[in-house]
Amino acid sequence: MAYLKHIGKYFMMLGQVFKKPQKGKVFKEALFREFEELGIKSIGIVIFISFFIGGVIALQTALNIENPLIPKYLVGFATKRSVILEFAPTFCSIILAGKVGSYITSSIGSMRVSEQIDALEVMGINSLNYLVLPKVLATVFFYPFLVILAMFLGIFGGWVAGFTSSMFSEIDYTQGLQLDFNPFLVQYALIKTLIFAFLIATVPSYHGYYVKGGSIAVGKASTQAVVWTIILIVISNYFLTQMLLT
Amino acid sequence: MIIVDKLYKGFNGIQVLKGISTTFKPGKTSLIIGQSGSGKTVFLKSLIGLHSPESGTISFNGGINTEFTTEQKRQWRQEIGMVFQGSALFDSQTVQDNVMFPLKMFKKQPEEQMLERVNFVLKRVNLENSNSKYPAELSGGMQKRVAIARAIVMNPKYLFCDEPNSGLDPNTAILIDNLIQEITDEYKITTVINTHDMNSVMQIGDKIVFLKDGVKAWEGTNKEIFKTDNEAVVKFVYSSELFKKVRLTYLNETK
Repeated sequence: MAYLKHIGKYFMMLGQVFKKPQKGKVFKEALFREFEELGIKSIGIVIFISFFIGGVIALQTALNIENPLIPKYLVGFATKRSVILEFAPTFCSIILAGKVGSYITSSIGSMRVSEQIDALEVMGINSLNYLVLPKVLATVFFYPFLVILAMFLGIFGGWVAGFTSSMFSEIDYTQGLQLDFNPFLVQYALIKTLIFAFLIATVPSYHGYYVKGGSIAVGKASTQAVVWTIILIVISNYFLTQMLLT
Repeated sequence: MIIVDKLYKGFNGIQVLKGISTTFKPGKTSLIIGQSGSGKTVFLKSLIGLHSPESGTISFNGGINTEFTTEQKRQWRQEIGMVFQGSALFDSQTVQDNVMFPLKMFKKQPEEQMLERVNFVLKRVNLENSNSKYPAELSGGMQKRVAIARAIVMNPKYLFCDEPNSGLDPNTAILIDNLIQEITDEYKITTVINTHDMNSVMQIGDKIVFLKDGVKAWEGTNKEIFKTDNEAVVKFVYSSELFKKVRLTYLNETK
């Protein structure tokens, strides 16, 4: 019953979020601030993780191919598919849910417990629209670029791994990358990213906005927000895969 | 003028406000006093529309706030200034941006004009040369003054303050009290203050409303409070030896 209440409250929150901003100039400033906080400041971790994970995927694939009948270009092919289909959109989103989700919940939650949200409401400002809409737009517009970056870097990481370990040749790896390239898979990954980005912005905002209590409550809400965002990403990943790929 | 009529409010089956009726006049500073848990904050938050009443009405210059249209409500919100207990300044914004925020949201003015107004109100609260500081760099008293500046920057008709003196040293508390009183007189604002501070009660209470268990147990001026024989008020206001002596001296002098 409590879950139903939360789901209802979440959708009611979205109803308030998606209203016309009260002042275009203020909204634009907030939007660019969020692009920086939620997007640009996440580039570093995405670069770091995607490069090394791409390398690990390539090495693991190469290590597990013992049968001489299996062509070596399979390493490049498998790395490309793994990175594009799952690693870049899903794994990166889970990492961003941890990094960005906890930031969103704690920043909005702190505003709640220090009465800053009440101050906005007293001024006659739609606080949900003012605080959450820029975050939603920043993640939804920026994360597809982060995921494309992760795709390139993951594949590049695999290439570097082969080059440094000499476990597979550059030519084989490149041949694998070029084999059976299906552009729809990139589209599929980007569609997933849009949904995940929406969840990363809205679920932590919900937990932060409705927090009750003090700083401990904000900490607990941040943890809960990250957990729920990851759960929802994993569940929606399953259904999206079934809808788009089967 | 604010008229509160038979205001009831409760949460999860617990009745917090039980039929409060009172009036707050323009150009006067009214204080709401009472023990912790007496319903002061809920009452104040009901006045500013953060809690909607279960029954009863609050009217602002004749208009009942729960019956306002969206446009009237927007207009009414702009006529309200609020100083929160913890100041509620936006941490990520400088003093200047905090004070300018309501102007940016609601006024169609050039930036220079807004800045002029911001500097004027900051000067009014004796906070010149702090424009570029962040709230974390200010003392508690300075934060309260920024909050007052933000509350009055839109020229409000109504000013509400939730424990403006809490956490301040006696000297700063008196400064804040005097500042609120001066602003109230100067702009003929209807000011309502929630407080625990007995110095404020003695100094600036044009009208005092005493709440006990969600009921208005007494109301009067800061002169009348010396003479009252209401047991609950006497027990609350004159709980310290100092205030007992102050009261005794006042009563002896006015005999």
